[in-house]
Amino acid sequence: MDPILWFGWFRADIIAEYAMMFWHGLQITILVTLICITQGTALGLAIGLARLADARHSPARQICRYLLRWPSTVYVSFFRGTPLFVQILLIHFAVLPLFINPADGLIISGETARSLKQNYGALLSGILALTLNSGAYISEIFRAGIQSIDRGQIEASRSLGLSFWRTMYHVVLPQAFRRMLPPLGNNAIALLKDSSLISAIGLAELAYTARTVAGAYSRYWEPYLTISFMYWILTLGLAWAVKRLEARYGRGDTR
Amino acid sequence: MDEVIRVEGLTKNFGDLRVLRGIDCTVSASEVVCVIGPSGSGKSTFLRCLNGLEEASGGRVLVHGTSVHDNHTDIDTLRSEIGMVFQRFNLFPHKTVLENITLAPTKVRGVSPAEAKQRAHDLLVKVGLLDKIDAYPNQLSGGQQQRVAIARALAMQPAIMLFDEPTSALDPEMVGEVLNVMQTLAEEGMTMVVVTHEMGFARRVAHRVLFMDEGMLVEEGSPEAVFDTPREERTRRFLANVL
Ligand SMILES: Nc1ncnc2c1ncn2[C@@H]1O[C@H](COP(=O)(O)OP(=O)(O)OP(=O)(O)O)[C@@H](O)[C@H]1O
Ligand SMILES: [Mg+2]
Repeated sequence: MDPILWFGWFRADIIAEYAMMFWHGLQITILVTLICITQGTALGLAIGLARLADARHSPARQICRYLLRWPSTVYVSFFRGTPLFVQILLIHFAVLPLFINPADGLIISGETARSLKQNYGALLSGILALTLNSGAYISEIFRAGIQSIDRGQIEASRSLGLSFWRTMYHVVLPQAFRRMLPPLGNNAIALLKDSSLISAIGLAELAYTARTVAGAYSRYWEPYLTISFMYWILTLGLAWAVKRLEARYGRGDTR
Repeated sequence: MDEVIRVEGLTKNFGDLRVLRGIDCTVSASEVVCVIGPSGSGKSTFLRCLNGLEEASGGRVLVHGTSVHDNHTDIDTLRSEIGMVFQRFNLFPHKTVLENITLAPTKVRGVSPAEAKQRAHDLLVKVGLLDKIDAYPNQLSGGQQQRVAIARALAMQPAIMLFDEPTSALDPEMVGEVLNVMQTLAEEGMTMVVVTHEMGFARRVAHRVLFMDEGMLVEEGSPEAVFDTPREERTRRFLANVL
């Protein structure tokens, strides 16, 4: 392809040549982000509840303390207290081979393990690391959200005969969710951007694509500016979606 | 008379603070009992022990012969028999009036949505708020919210209603509308335990008045006996302050 120059310096032909690759990278980025948002939210809810678990009588009291509150606190502390980049490397090069390994994988071994690692290793590690990491942050959002609900709400619900879980589901979580939407939105945006770190272990998402293209032509403005705009549009889209959700779940708001 | 609630030697401590110091009393079916006493005397705590919102430190509470604080008691089923109305209404702000009222009957009792809605409809007529059926709580005045809260509790068709200062958070002009609903309820034969500072209401509606001070039942009797010829010095002092 002949060089196409925009504004006298931007080699648009490079982007055109690699359009398919950018498109695939974009799909991987979106896929990873969506999976991690979903799983991270579920994990965050579970961890957040575990951090709040308490009971009046033993042995439930001790179970809550030693099997739920302590482990979840350590978990959150670790994943918030270490760099995501290091977590990705740790999981990809140390943890995953422990479980999926041609020689002696704890879950999968042999030929399946080899091809799985080859084709999906980076994707698996990346999703796992990002999910575990965002789960830790989201659990704090859930914890704060649940704790912000007036005790009177829980008492009113329980006094009507609703069980603890029904109270959580029908009364506490819907109200907490509304308050959690802005921080959850911020978290989703951070997650989208952080997914670029997974390029370090060779997952062909947007950042990796840009690096490949940059390497092929020794041109840096074009690929990195391109993916910057793509990330930007994605984050704007996410922010817009969160706004919509806020409006939808804002009914009956006391402001 | 049928005994609905029996309280035996009920004590409650918050840490070192002894809030209830051995309470004995019974409430019969269709009886309206008003609990009065100075602030901090343990009235709310007492009421909250009756439906297990508060754990007891000692003694026991029997409702229809079932021990409230026994670990083996199905507390949710027991609570669905006991309506409770709070000082601060505690309506669910994310649900409409209708949804507030139908939530528990459909989820706890398995009442069909259509029937629950019919029931909510009837109750809203009763408390005079049918036109607010689709409103959210923040669109209602305090008095209206409290009447919805009463309807919400009644939707479970409870055998007992507990009221914890239901009019204390209301502007004076709204107190009457809530007390009227409660009076109607009393006249229909509902068993009620009402913590209140509304002495006029207690005198008019209560069958029996309990005076609490420092975690003890100091005096009890008919409204006339307690208000007009109190036996205890502490009761006299309290009444002199509030009347
Ligand atoms: N959860 C709690 N933890 C610690 N202390 C408490 C708790 N709940 C109540 N108390 C204390 O117990 C005492 C009795 O409280 P309670 O609310 O039962 O009083 P009350 O008679 O209802 O007062 P009021 O008329 O002001 O509502 C008070 O000294 C209060 O500070
Ligand atoms: Mg009180």
